[in-house]
Amino acid sequence: MKNLYLIYAGVFFTIAFSWGGLVLSSQIQQAGLVPVASEEGGQLYPRKASGYAIQGKLVYISQGCNYCHSQQVRPAGMGGDIARGWGQRSTVSRDYILQDRVLLGTMRTGPDLADIGGRQSSDDWHYLHLFDPQITSPGSNMPSFRQLFALRPLGATPSKDAIHVPPTHAAAAPAGYEWVPSERGRNLVAYLRSLRLDYNSPEAKLKE
Amino acid sequence: MSSPSVQNILSRHNPLAEGNLSRVAQIDRSLRSPVVFFTVMAALWLVIGSIFGVISAIKLHVPEFLNIEALTFGRSRTLHLNMVAYGWSFNAIFAVSIWLMHRLSRAELRNGWVPILGGIGWNLTLVYGMFAIADGQMTGVEWLEMPREVAPVLGLCFLLIGLWSVVAFSRRQTTHVYVSQWYILAAMFWLPILYLVAQMMILWFPARGTVQAITNWWFGHNAIGLFLTPVGVASMYYFIPKVLGRPIHSYYLSVVGFWTFALFYNWAGIHHLLGGPVPVWLQSAGIVASVMMVIPVLVTAINFHYTTTSSQAWGVIWGSPTLRFTVFGAMNYTLSSFAGSLMALRDVNAVTHFTNFTIGHAHHGMHASLTMALFGAFYFILPRLAQREWPSAALIHLHFWLCAIGTIGYVVVMSIHGWMQGMQWNAAVMTPAQIAAAAEPWNYARTICGSLMTLGHIVFCVHVLWMLAPRAEKRQGPTLFAR
Repeated sequence: MKNLYLIYAGVFFTIAFSWGGLVLSSQIQQAGLVPVASEEGGQLYPRKASGYAIQGKLVYISQGCNYCHSQQVRPAGMGGDIARGWGQRSTVSRDYILQDRVLLGTMRTGPDLADIGGRQSSDDWHYLHLFDPQITSPGSNMPSFRQLFALRPLGATPSKDAIHVPPTHAAAAPAGYEWVPSERGRNLVAYLRSLRLDYNSPEAKLKE
Repeated sequence: MSSPSVQNILSRHNPLAEGNLSRVAQIDRSLRSPVVFFTVMAALWLVIGSIFGVISAIKLHVPEFLNIEALTFGRSRTLHLNMVAYGWSFNAIFAVSIWLMHRLSRAELRNGWVPILGGIGWNLTLVYGMFAIADGQMTGVEWLEMPREVAPVLGLCFLLIGLWSVVAFSRRQTTHVYVSQWYILAAMFWLPILYLVAQMMILWFPARGTVQAITNWWFGHNAIGLFLTPVGVASMYYFIPKVLGRPIHSYYLSVVGFWTFALFYNWAGIHHLLGGPVPVWLQSAGIVASVMMVIPVLVTAINFHYTTTSSQAWGVIWGSPTLRFTVFGAMNYTLSSFAGSLMALRDVNAVTHFTNFTIGHAHHGMHASLTMALFGAFYFILPRLAQREWPSAALIHLHFWLCAIGTIGYVVVMSIHGWMQGMQWNAAVMTPAQIAAAAEPWNYARTICGSLMTLGHIVFCVHVLWMLAPRAEKRQGPTLFAR
């Protein structure tokens, strides 16, 4: 193999072939995917995310949540995703078309979050879980995300967004103070609660 | 061990003897500054990056360890990956590929300041990128976490550096073109294309939905497969025959190996998305390509195997630091690639995907294979450039055993635990917290193995700096394991 041009041509061809086959073909195949309604005139799915959820997604990314949590449900017969109740159906390409950053994830140190908003719909649970995972999930190896909360002097009455850290907890607010989620914390929880897989897609129906 | 023939072969290891070849010495002199620069940068990043790896590993069994926002697991783990990938392996590959290409082309490096300028830009940009990651300005895209504004600078710097391999090749004074040269040339073309397309389609003009994920793994897997691996293989193809003083077993096999490698590796990355929300035909294509990777790997393994065994010079292979590291790397290249093909099978992947098994595999390829082979290359290259020997055989011993035990231990621990983890998740009986609790002893073992590797890296880095220090004493004759 002394022919330089043959080497260059082969090197270029192999990468162009894989790009065309894997990337370009997918782009063409997905170009026609749009949100659809499950009944005529009904809500279009996937939904557009709210402004808070979009802000919260940036927090999710900046804290690196996606390195321990995936956002994809594999079909029944491949792994235990459906059996664990991580979704009523597997996720399909259409579920992601409105996302400007797709966070499928490659590692599950913790559970999948594609439907975490459906599984845990209480703000309080999410706040306590982020404040210290040991409160809601004893034995978890998730770190606490105390940076998403602020210690605030107590007003005349407890503010309604104060979180309910058990008084016996080592980091419980001292007398005269309360823990409240910061703006980032509130947005993150809005994002987590927006992660729901509660609609039919032409490619995958919810379990009956 | 000390038969005359072995000593005879070992004398090839003596850079001072080789220094008499004035042409080669001239080439080495022209390469000295850039290659030493990239080697030192690589060694420093390796140490810092490994420390972040250990910090991340500890966090998995002591979640509140160093739990400040800049070092939360998602960031320390990302710092580890980016430092060892772009800091260590890229700098190391710049050093090895520039040296190999000029030596094989019998060409001097003129304008050595250009790759150094590129290297300074590359490393300063990486420093900026690492602070940005610690500050949380991550993109969320694996292997492309640094904020997108680093891309034009890194791209330009890469061209300033990578260009010289192509220039050296076009100025070659030889009629023969060696296997290693194909691999390096191909790598220097593939990476900029991959990087440009991935940056454009994911970060600058994001593609639609999961096309991003497909592009991500087309890039991520190919950055390893079409850049790091080919230069690693080029290094093995050079040093094994070089130190043994024998020709490579079969030129024909290496041609088959190269083209099947180029064809199949390109398509394999999609196996990171098996079972995911991407077209099923694409997943099947990824599985086929991953399994077909058996061909280039087997062909290369046969070539290395017969080149080493036909020499019968076991004492040389064990006694030469270059060969011991390189052959260790070559054997693990074969093993980790076969494991990779198996992991792409649907039923195996259903268990191993999303678990430590994958992380173990990544370290098998990146550390046990590539990094060890690069160490082997440095043990050969640096004495020739510095015109002095490695100061201490004991430190090389220590480096080898810390890294060899650490890396094999790590792969074994992660593979066993990854498989258990996959079975536990799939059985849907244990809660996530129970699975985390069951992982604890394995996570300790992981930290221990990672710490051994890190200690090995510190030994290597200290040894490199000691050797290059102006007042290091000169040893007589090559530094070998067995004297």
